[in-house]
Amino acid sequence: MDVRRNTVVARTPEGVSFSLELAGPVSRCMAFLLDICCVMAMQAVAGKAASLMGILSMDMASGFAVVSYFVLSMGYGMLTEWAWRGQTLGKRLLRLRVMDADGLALTFPQIALRNLLRPVDALPAMYLAGGLCMLATRRAQRLGDIAARTIVVRARETKEPDLDGLLPDKYNSLRRIPHLAARLRQRVGVEAAGIALSALTRRDGMNPEDRVRLFAEIAAYFKETVTFPPEATEGLSDERYVKNVVDVLYRT
Amino acid sequence: MIVDLKRFIKEEQPFWTELEEVLERRVKDPDRTMDIPELRRFHYLYQRASADLSRIATFSSEKNIRMYLEGLVAQAYGEIHEGRGRHWRPKPMRWFLVRFPETFRAHIRAFALAVFVTLLGAVFGAGALGMDEEAREALMPFEHLWGNPGDRVAMEEQSEGEDMAGHHASFASELLTHNIQVSILAMGAGISWGIGTLLILLTNGVILGAVCADYILAGEGVFLAGWLLPHGVVEIPAILIAAQAGLVLAGAVIGSGARENLSARLVRVSGDLVTLAGGMAVMLVWAGIIESFLSQYHAPVLPYSVKIGFGCAELCVLVLFLSKSGEAFYAKAARVIRVPGPVSRLGARLMAARTRRRAGYGR
Repeated sequence: MDVRRNTVVARTPEGVSFSLELAGPVSRCMAFLLDICCVMAMQAVAGKAASLMGILSMDMASGFAVVSYFVLSMGYGMLTEWAWRGQTLGKRLLRLRVMDADGLALTFPQIALRNLLRPVDALPAMYLAGGLCMLATRRAQRLGDIAARTIVVRARETKEPDLDGLLPDKYNSLRRIPHLAARLRQRVGVEAAGIALSALTRRDGMNPEDRVRLFAEIAAYFKETVTFPPEATEGLSDERYVKNVVDVLYRT
Repeated sequence: MIVDLKRFIKEEQPFWTELEEVLERRVKDPDRTMDIPELRRFHYLYQRASADLSRIATFSSEKNIRMYLEGLVAQAYGEIHEGRGRHWRPKPMRWFLVRFPETFRAHIRAFALAVFVTLLGAVFGAGALGMDEEAREALMPFEHLWGNPGDRVAMEEQSEGEDMAGHHASFASELLTHNIQVSILAMGAGISWGIGTLLILLTNGVILGAVCADYILAGEGVFLAGWLLPHGVVEIPAILIAAQAGLVLAGAVIGSGARENLSARLVRVSGDLVTLAGGMAVMLVWAGIIESFLSQYHAPVLPYSVKIGFGCAELCVLVLFLSKSGEAFYAKAARVIRVPGPVSRLGARLMAARTRRRAGYGR
């Protein structure tokens, strides 16, 4: 495991690396606050049940209320993280996930231990010990995470890629000049190509003005890198130009 | 420079989808055992996705596909390389009767240290109170214990337990939740290289020693035994077990003389810590119930001899349970796996570890 800024890079025995983006203290704090709200909501339901029980015995009702609050506050994290593979409701909403620090599957003792050590992290007040520990450790781990060998990462959506909509089999005027297309492939780096592709993927979510400006800048960069004759670029908008460049770069 | 992304995706996507489906099935039914062809296929798909990730990371900077493949490979990696018996099935009876006492015995030295530190605190507390009775308020943080023990005994015996009427369940629940919280803190404080755990033990010992000395010096030793023994013989060992877990955690953090790194040491003890914490919680539930329903009744309602006798009986059962329970299970399991010849002590421990793994308690 290698830690770079907010990312943990894991290397498998097969020699392949994959990265896990660590969750920051703010997002973890937000998730925790959401979880507290959940526990309070459940506690309110348990309180209603206790008040109904109070019809039979006030003593039993009071005992039930105390135990249910304790069980909910201690057990909520353990049960949800176990059932949802490292996620509580708060973590789920903020797309965070508890993971084994080595990238292996999470075990129940790990989940239980990191939750059992919450009271120590909360010392002396307001999660000061845990918060300071998170800021001091490379993997942003609180004391419970260190003991249980866990990390909290940003969960990724495993959505299948779809490039059909992005790179349709349409006529590409840049391909009419093969030697310049080849030069474009040679000169444009992996990073610049990635930026152009990423811009195309995310263009529908942009403001119209920002979209025009962004594609103008990207198109200007590519035009500066390799200049195509006017007959190949005539009538092409900046966005269409970038699309054609990406088509040249990503489809040989 | 860049692979033909569209063709690459078109060719590889069926394999990624298949791997996704296999992982999905693992999530839905983690206990299902794969047969050999299925395992081979799973491994092949994982390796293929890994190779694809390597290609895409080297030749293209397409972020979405790389992230998608990283997610797939990370999940498959976790499934394939995990060897710790991830799939936990609750077997409460076997866990409590076999695993818990066995874990307790495996870390008996940590328990002995916890007992020693508590006794040290108790001797100090008793000595301090014996030398200076005015130190009572400093040694005992509970206001109801500051008065004269004789007065309290007279008051308790006169009330005949009426002040507890109608409050048993709420009192028991408050006791057990408070005790469990303190015990969890004692365990968790072990991460401070054990310093926090030792301080908690020492403090508890001082209070216990001072209270005992106070009552004995006032000639109320019988009342004290009748009051403390029924719940104390379970409650105090439970807190000591929590401290034992804290010291085990501290041992893993310090790792003096160990060949494993911190990560491996913590992974090794994490299951034991959870087992000890769980066992401790069960014991404290019992102690809370006894304290509320039995300990608060005194003579003449409940003769002290009955309470002391009950406490002693509990202690005997607890000692037997912690020292013997689960041994028969391992002996039987050892016969099943047919261990030849006489078994040495080290051999027996290895055999027990092997049996534990076979029984689904792999650490």
